[in-house]
Amino acid sequence: MKQTYQVNKNGFYGEYGGAFIPEMLYPNIKELQESYIAITASQEFQKELKQLLHDYVGRPTPLYFAKRLSEHYGAAIYLKREDLCHTGAHKINNALGQILLAKKLNKTRIIAETGAGQHGVATATACALMGMQCFVYMGAKDIKRQAPNVARMKMLGAEIIPVNSGSKTLKDATNEAIRDWINNPKNTHYIIGSVVGPHPYPDMVARFQSVISEEIKKQLNENPTHIIACIGGGSNAIGAFYHYLYNENVQLIGVEAAGKGIDTTDTAATLALGKQGVLHACMTTLLQTADGQVVEPYSISAGLDYPGIGPQHAHLHKTERVKYDNVTDKEALDAAHFLSKTEGIIPALESAHALAYLDKMQIEPTDKIIINLSGRGDKDLETLTKNL
Amino acid sequence: MTLQELFNNKKEALLNIYFTAGFPKLNSMPQILSALEEAGVDMVEIGMPYSDPLSDGPTIQESSAIAIKNGITTDLIFQQLEKSTSKIPKIMMGYFNAVFQYGIEKFCEKCKKAGIAGVILPDLPINIYQEKYQAIFEQYGLSIIFLVTPETSEERIRYIDKCSTSFIYAVSSSSTTGKETGMQAAKEYLNQLKKMNLNKPLMLGFNISKKEDFDFAATYTSGGIIGSAFIKHIKNSQNLPQDIKSFVQSIRPKN
Repeated sequence: MKQTYQVNKNGFYGEYGGAFIPEMLYPNIKELQESYIAITASQEFQKELKQLLHDYVGRPTPLYFAKRLSEHYGAAIYLKREDLCHTGAHKINNALGQILLAKKLNKTRIIAETGAGQHGVATATACALMGMQCFVYMGAKDIKRQAPNVARMKMLGAEIIPVNSGSKTLKDATNEAIRDWINNPKNTHYIIGSVVGPHPYPDMVARFQSVISEEIKKQLNENPTHIIACIGGGSNAIGAFYHYLYNENVQLIGVEAAGKGIDTTDTAATLALGKQGVLHACMTTLLQTADGQVVEPYSISAGLDYPGIGPQHAHLHKTERVKYDNVTDKEALDAAHFLSKTEGIIPALESAHALAYLDKMQIEPTDKIIINLSGRGDKDLETLTKNL
Repeated sequence: MTLQELFNNKKEALLNIYFTAGFPKLNSMPQILSALEEAGVDMVEIGMPYSDPLSDGPTIQESSAIAIKNGITTDLIFQQLEKSTSKIPKIMMGYFNAVFQYGIEKFCEKCKKAGIAGVILPDLPINIYQEKYQAIFEQYGLSIIFLVTPETSEERIRYIDKCSTSFIYAVSSSSTTGKETGMQAAKEYLNQLKKMNLNKPLMLGFNISKKEDFDFAATYTSGGIIGSAFIKHIKNSQNLPQDIKSFVQSIRPKN
């Protein structure tokens, strides 16, 4: 049988995925499972979303040939400029898709989790645009290290709910958002920001992000040799890979955050170090103890600081369709500074992990490498300039 | 006593107390079990702490975090159970990942050995249970207990009734545990449940914190399950047997 990389009718990618939800969420998840394809594939929905992506987000984002970077590495290197999206990252692609879906489902209240704050800003923006109430759960630790995005969300009218439980980062912000949904099952839609959570979220978010590779296919008339993207939960990566999953001529590379190194405990390299298990209602790979307690991850980048990974990535890892590697905080910081000085583009710390991989790979002069530049670095200036 | 015998022979509303294993101290469980049995509690729900308990409010999140910090593990829970002499019917409550890591079959085998009557895994959906794990649970004679909520459709409640082997856990409101919002809002839902004449008995849980809540539960179902309120009561206890006795007395005074 031909290998499949997409979700099956039960919500699984191989052995990963599913909806490991408490009964309290059954009606909400069932409603989404039964309606998300019919609603999002309808002509009316597609027309509305495409128009917003064009006029409001500024899509298509450029596929920029990075001349000086290419000269440095001795191959053709292109940057997919998701950092040029309105709000500064790819997250808006999904937030707009889901808010349109929420409207069709007659929901009036929106909740979201956020790590780096990019998904929070994207959701707050979408809510402002549609006149919906917006509540963003954010770890207390992340609120401190991502102050500019906190200010933006407030400006956009969102209420930020600090999360002080557990790791005080993305993992616990996600727990609290799910608990909010349990307590407000009728009027609320939960806009998950990555390809994680119970089915249908991983597939739904992947579909909304797939516009990235849909555009790449139109922008580059030939196959790239490589597409490289950073991975926390994995939404920008799946978006960049999506339309190339069945094209084996293109090597797909996902770069995890090694933090201080995968031989230390300060790391977020889930696929390098994790084991199969259930987190946030899906079967995936996660950082955990032998007893099944989830381990608190670490990365300098708040958007990659997640102990799990999207179930589709766990499956793409298992089937070896995608190559997964990792880079450290320091390598990512160096790459961010190098891109800034070489191309005049300050990348997000998350995206800098994908850039840093260029130094770790074998590059041939005939290579055509696409880096998905998932976000811009304004939010990270404090961290980026600490040692200048 | 099996769960079935417990429900068949009950003379008054059943009181089920939840506590977190490894809390407040690593080795508190045997003492808690004895005290609950002595106080006349009908069954207990032993919480296996998990780092990310999605269905739980702040109280059980905290007791779980403390228990994990104290060093509790699934193996230790079984070791403590083996040492306990308590005959009170016991149910294990936990999240699926801990059981999955332990190994489903090994977990069921240990449960049987420790005299566990049933298991509640709120994040293991019925369809996945049936497809992958039901045969193993049945092989070891373990009952699995599913939840219904005010948002569960009548069709699904009937289906859950059919899939259940001991009792159904009726959640009092659409919420996480320990809200203390009172029970009155659940009236209509509980009336409907009662009218449905289900085959399996119901126990009401979530947000039951005092005698009037428990009495309310008893008018509609076979009894009530108390968790967060009990955890709060024993959190800083200097004398567990005495505090447990006084708590149970406050819920169900002995004449």
